[in-house]
Amino acid sequence: MFGKLTWAAIPLDQPIPLVAGALVGVVIVGVLAWITLKGWLPYLWQDWITSVDHKRIGIMYILLAMVMLLRGFIDALMMRSQQALAFHSEGYLPPDHYDQIFSAHGTLMIFFVAMPFVIGLMNLVVPLQLGIRDVAFPTLNSVSLWLTATGALLVNISLVVGEFARTGWLPFPPLSEITYSPGVGVDYYLWALQISGVGTLLTGVNFVTTVLKLHAPGMTYMRMPIFCWTTLATNLLIVAAFPILTATLAMLLLDRYLGFHFFTNEAGGNMMMFMNLIWAWGHPEVYILILPAFGVFSEVISTFSGKPLFGYRSMVMATMAICMLSFMVWLHHFFTMGAGADVNAIFGIASMIIAVPTGVKVFNWLFTMYGGRIVYSTPILWSIGFMVTFVIGGMTGVLLAVPPADFMLHNSLFLVAHFHNVIIGGVLFGAFAGYTFWFPKAFGFRLHEGLGKAAFWCWIVGFYVAFMPLYVLGLMGMTRRMQHYDVAAWQPWLLIAAVGAAVILVGIILQVVQLAVSIRRREELRDVTGDPWNGRSLEWATSSPPPVFNFAVLPRVEGRDTYWTMKQRVRQQGGLSEEPVYADIEMPRNSATGFVCAFFATFLGFALIWHIWWLVALAVLGAYATFVVFAWRDRSEYIIPADVVARIDRANRSARGEALVHVEAAS
Amino acid sequence: MASPTEAFGDSVELDVLVLDAADQIEHVALGFYSDGDGGPMKDLRFNWLLRTLFLGAPAFLCGCNAIVLDPQGPIGIADKTILVDSLAIMLAIGVPTIIATFAFAWWFRASNAKAAYMPDFAYSGRIELIVWSIPLLVIMLLGGVAWIGSHDLDPAKPLASDTPPLEIQGVSLDWKWLFIYPGQGVASVNQLVVPAGVPIHFSLTSASVMNAFFIPQLGSMIYTMNGMTTQLNLQADNPGTFLGLSSHYSGDGFSDMHFDVQAMPAERFAAWVNATRHTGTTLDDGSYAALAKQSANVSPFTLGAVESGLFQKIVTQQLPPGPGPQAALSGPNLSSPFATAHGVTPIPYTMVNNAQRMEH
Repeated sequence: MFGKLTWAAIPLDQPIPLVAGALVGVVIVGVLAWITLKGWLPYLWQDWITSVDHKRIGIMYILLAMVMLLRGFIDALMMRSQQALAFHSEGYLPPDHYDQIFSAHGTLMIFFVAMPFVIGLMNLVVPLQLGIRDVAFPTLNSVSLWLTATGALLVNISLVVGEFARTGWLPFPPLSEITYSPGVGVDYYLWALQISGVGTLLTGVNFVTTVLKLHAPGMTYMRMPIFCWTTLATNLLIVAAFPILTATLAMLLLDRYLGFHFFTNEAGGNMMMFMNLIWAWGHPEVYILILPAFGVFSEVISTFSGKPLFGYRSMVMATMAICMLSFMVWLHHFFTMGAGADVNAIFGIASMIIAVPTGVKVFNWLFTMYGGRIVYSTPILWSIGFMVTFVIGGMTGVLLAVPPADFMLHNSLFLVAHFHNVIIGGVLFGAFAGYTFWFPKAFGFRLHEGLGKAAFWCWIVGFYVAFMPLYVLGLMGMTRRMQHYDVAAWQPWLLIAAVGAAVILVGIILQVVQLAVSIRRREELRDVTGDPWNGRSLEWATSSPPPVFNFAVLPRVEGRDTYWTMKQRVRQQGGLSEEPVYADIEMPRNSATGFVCAFFATFLGFALIWHIWWLVALAVLGAYATFVVFAWRDRSEYIIPADVVARIDRANRSARGEALVHVEAAS
Repeated sequence: MASPTEAFGDSVELDVLVLDAADQIEHVALGFYSDGDGGPMKDLRFNWLLRTLFLGAPAFLCGCNAIVLDPQGPIGIADKTILVDSLAIMLAIGVPTIIATFAFAWWFRASNAKAAYMPDFAYSGRIELIVWSIPLLVIMLLGGVAWIGSHDLDPAKPLASDTPPLEIQGVSLDWKWLFIYPGQGVASVNQLVVPAGVPIHFSLTSASVMNAFFIPQLGSMIYTMNGMTTQLNLQADNPGTFLGLSSHYSGDGFSDMHFDVQAMPAERFAAWVNATRHTGTTLDDGSYAALAKQSANVSPFTLGAVESGLFQKIVTQQLPPGPGPQAALSGPNLSSPFATAHGVTPIPYTMVNNAQRMEH
């Protein structure tokens, strides 16, 4: 009846996952009860869960990322404390548990923290920056979100039902094959990623279309804010790379479920093929994550320096060059596999070539600051912290691209330090910069500055204390993923690293407090003008939060830094231009398709993991029926009448007009 | 299931090793096992200090047993040279960039009235030319280093030496290392004994999942894969004891997949081979099958004879790949500690090392 699922799947003898699971359960039930008692369920359903508004979807993506960040970070704390204790000792986490923790940590942080965070920011910002009303396929966008959430849910279910993979965040065969990993852990990994991977691919299709095809009048490609360019590059990479991931994991699934031999030891299987395929996706993935962060930094540095971005054309070229080159370097992830000297050298040099456009970007940010008037708000702190940290991470990265150096450092904690250096110092700092920068746009009030700065300092100090020792440990020969070790000299450095993790913990607590305090004091932090930072691009031209249709009348774009130029013109002519003629606006209707589809997908994944075949059939049927219902819908849009649009826009115009007069008086 | 040690009888050749190790300890170059006398170590550390400071590497690396930076063989030395040179080339551009970031960020702060505000400064052809050419030139230089280094230090390339290389066949098993000396007809598990000053040609494979064979102080690592052979050429210049380990995660027993590498003078190596030969079990199909079963924390031991062509049989899968977890390990709920589940008495391998050290 329930396939492989029995009561034995609940780890009743392991207190850590059980207590954690119970705690999460209590929190979820508590929140649900609270929402129900307050009568907010209809609001939650209508305004959020079934919403196809890109801004709300973006916010939900970021919320998912932040919750998963907490889970992933708890894993990190457990790993750091285990390694700090495990000299000549088993520590407190036995290998089978420790191995799940580092596998889950990597999987969560890449797929369910970094990805949803950058996709959330793109959702929130890109249509606003392009001066349009929504993405190309709004309902599809909702499907993407909820399928990603399904993946995250499956990974977390594995905490209390069964186990998670013990193979690392990339399940290298033959270890991940059924012979060596007979449990359900790898299946949890595979189905969680297959389902959320579909969501990510749909996001890619959606945003490539949006950026290429939907623009406000006059918004030519070379007038798009750089964040739109990095979004385009990232989503081109998603469209090209994620099918590789899906195909590779599908082959591993065929091996595990139907006795195929793509990657097995026997019958002509080849594990090296998996290595090549997974990194053919995995290396572009790195740039899928970092390019949007580069976009955020470009916007933030230019805004807070009060200058246009230096070398815009260079930046566009560099972005697209990185987009292309990122597909040509995958082999540097396994120089130590024994390929010949020519192959290693060519891929080493190709990897270094990516450092050229990346270096150009760093210099262009430098010269954006040059001649600026830098206002030290939280987002710019994250950006400067990034520039310094990323240069260090970039250097160690190029070092690892030199094959003989990699022969000494591959898979060591030096490597671990390197990729945390670029992912935390690059992607995560970028996500936090974007979060602080665009928070007022999303909610209409700013985040508390003091707490934000305190969180930044904890993060950056904690980062250096936690990861610089890992570079040293790599040079001391310590390899990654060790559950215990016998080398006394390693322990002091691991203790320092654990202290660093604790400092980061303080930073995360401060961020939670910052959010709570900002919500409580939202009236004093209110952004009435829609332009709290003296912004430059179109997202600041509408109110905060923007109306559902974003712009009452689509803005006319006449150059780069559109809103900055508009503001200058308003100041010159001494007031806002004449009120536009308002027209009815057509907006997409809400749809439960995404949520219902993901509901069935969750059961589908769970049933496949546990071999509950009747449930597989039911879930496939349910998901298919959802699509049929959606395809047969009669009305997909609704009309917002011109007078409603006018009322909303007039309020915004008057607030904005006053603010601009104030600015003029002050200057 | 019996532990591999039991399967081979009580033939653990610790005595020989202990005797050898007693003489070797004088030569332990690095103090990796820091219980040793600190005399020669201090000099080395001082040397490091000079070298690292001179090369601009972070000074805090000194005195922390950074074995990757203390190579004991030609490959290790060459790898390290490339590592340090590449780092120096990059620091030449990275450090000024970091300084410039701080300088620009500080000088152009909004509160600094002396700083010029240039709200329209967004393009300069000259600066663009410079920002593209600096990284390009650096990468051309580094690319040259990578090209030459990859060819000079190809793991499969034989070492230039007058001495003919010693052949060693290495097999990664779940979760221990088997080393076969085909020319000598002996084998060892979780210990590697080599003559100093003699090039060693390793042929490496895996009995089950992927691992990587790595002796940080001797140089390059390389993967081991079932059904395939990878080649590696290394040499220890002087006698000493070095850390060897698997540097590619391979499952629950991975943390114990490390071994001591003992480099000794050629004549002592010959003596070790003679003492080992014909003592203990023969490594043949049957005993290999027992060894291939999963076990961790396996104490080092030697095998007095090896069936010829055994390594080939492993590589060509005439001997089937390791069986993976036993029934006790399978299933989702892995509650019992893995070591007892395998019938291996969980005496930590490290305790064996401690015992050796205490005898000095």
